[in-house]
Amino acid sequence: MKLTESLQLALKNIVSSKVRTLLPVLGIIGGVAAVIVIVGLGNGLETYVTDSFASMGTNTLTVSIMSRGSTRTLDAEDMYQIVDDNSQYLDLCSPTVPMMGYVKIGSETVSTTSSTGVSEDYLEIAGMTVASGRGLQYSDILTRAKVCVIGAYLNQAYFGGNAVGQTLRVGGQSLEVVGVLAQKGDTLEEGGSDDCLYLPYTTAERLSGSASTYTVTMRDEDYIDESIAALEASLYEVFASDDYYTVTSMAEMLETMTSMINILVGVLAGIAAISLVVGGIGIMNIMLVSVTERTREIGIRKSLGAKERYIMQQFVIEAATTSALGGIIGILIGDGLSAAATAVISQVSEGSLTVAPSLGAVLLAFGISVGIGILFGYLPAKKAARLNPIDALHYD
Amino acid sequence: MNPLIEFQQVCKYYRMGDSTVVAADHISFEIFQGEFVAIVGSSGSGKSTCMNIIGCLDVPSEGTYLLNGQDVGQMNKNQLAEVRNRFLGFIFQQYNLLPKLNLVENVEIPLMYAGVPKKERRERARRALEDVGLGDKWRHRPMELSGGQQQRVSIARALVGHPAVILADEPTGALDSRTGREVLGMLQDLHSQGHTVVLITHDNSIAVQAQRIIRLEDGLVVYDGPSDAPDAVVTPRAPGAERRARP
Repeated sequence: MKLTESLQLALKNIVSSKVRTLLPVLGIIGGVAAVIVIVGLGNGLETYVTDSFASMGTNTLTVSIMSRGSTRTLDAEDMYQIVDDNSQYLDLCSPTVPMMGYVKIGSETVSTTSSTGVSEDYLEIAGMTVASGRGLQYSDILTRAKVCVIGAYLNQAYFGGNAVGQTLRVGGQSLEVVGVLAQKGDTLEEGGSDDCLYLPYTTAERLSGSASTYTVTMRDEDYIDESIAALEASLYEVFASDDYYTVTSMAEMLETMTSMINILVGVLAGIAAISLVVGGIGIMNIMLVSVTERTREIGIRKSLGAKERYIMQQFVIEAATTSALGGIIGILIGDGLSAAATAVISQVSEGSLTVAPSLGAVLLAFGISVGIGILFGYLPAKKAARLNPIDALHYD
Repeated sequence: MNPLIEFQQVCKYYRMGDSTVVAADHISFEIFQGEFVAIVGSSGSGKSTCMNIIGCLDVPSEGTYLLNGQDVGQMNKNQLAEVRNRFLGFIFQQYNLLPKLNLVENVEIPLMYAGVPKKERRERARRALEDVGLGDKWRHRPMELSGGQQQRVSIARALVGHPAVILADEPTGALDSRTGREVLGMLQDLHSQGHTVVLITHDNSIAVQAQRIIRLEDGLVVYDGPSDAPDAVVTPRAPGAERRARP
């Protein structure tokens, strides 16, 4: 007796008792659908995070100096020297000086804008381009020019798109807008990635104190560890201790984020998978009922020469087919829910998060549902196969 | 010629709580190729035990059962299943057809377990149905047929694998007397075509349709001889009376 024939027989039996089969399979359907949606959500989240990090540049390192308590200090000039000394690994460098004060435009105060003092290389490091006017220049840094470039949001919301040449105030200092950045985010929003302002770090240092964080780019992303090591070695020379600085890479942060997302998805999927076990027990129950109901049929088949393994095969395949059908329905529902979730998320929030289960997840879900059928069908099948043909024939 | 079925001092014991029931007590007989034998006895006589052992559904507790020269008592479950499939054709009182399958699917089951390819077994099952006069109804379900027709389907199923022995267990028990006679006629036809038929019944009037009768009582053979002998259908009151009746 071939497997295909067992399969046909199984389908026949399932079709002949649809409702009774469907009910216990609901657990499988729900479990598979939930796993698919959760894994899809995780994939979407991971893509989203990776994309956001990629726009900031995964080839950047962040150096934080905490010189409080140390007798030695490190200023922007020293940092530039260190980057120059390690030019086989390191490329561009920019101090980043966060400004505490609010931005004032005319009589209005904008509290959401993040204002940062940076070097002339920062726009390139952060992958930003100037839409109108000019970017910051080396001469601005040298002369501590009272200029700034602003994000597209400020330009649109407060200057009607004509900010170049206008003035605004940051922390009491009046600055001339010399350039407007190209839009970065999908939409312009308060506090978003386009609600920003950059001024020369030298100007910023006079207002907020000297730079303590630096953004450095690597020449080659493949040498992250070497780049960090070189940078740390130079910093150690300055401070003679490793207590006063930290070097972090965007790539490492991305990795940390991704692994956190994966753990989260794993836990959620595990919880959803409990439903698969419940479904499996439901299938075992229905198969046990089926074996009892079909005791006579088993007796007849045995008297006609069915070996134990044929009976076994018939019931295991029936359980696996039942469970696999549930898996297929679950996959379809899960795909539908994923598409719906994508639509809802893009409606509700600004970010575009695509909930898309990977093919691997779909195949795994299908495989698991078949596996559950086999696992939970085994016991009833064994019971069926072991029946004594004489007793089975006279069973009513 | 070697006997097809040979019982040598076959005993069967069942445990019922604390006591042991002797269902078959040193039963010996031989059945040859082409015979039509009725094993007759009242309920509890051991005829069902005999039928189970002949049908390889059960094995003797003691003694030897040779089927076609093979010792069935030494076989494992798989080998017994194979012997049932290849050597035996069952006809049951309750027909025992599978209600969800149509007639041709029912008839082809023994061939399926014998590993006959689908196309060939469909063909053979259709031919077997034609032989019992139901060739045009092969698509029907068993429940759409009368009792007599269902029993003919089960005869077709018993014959389809060309077994050495046809084993009929009260084949007329669920039928009215007219269709019962029809089915008995079919068994006699099978016998005249050269098949070996073993009929198990409690009914003397049916047993006498066979060529030879083996009468059982309390697990013992009390008569083994031609069905037309005067004492073939006599129910002896005591073993002593039986002994006097036989020369």
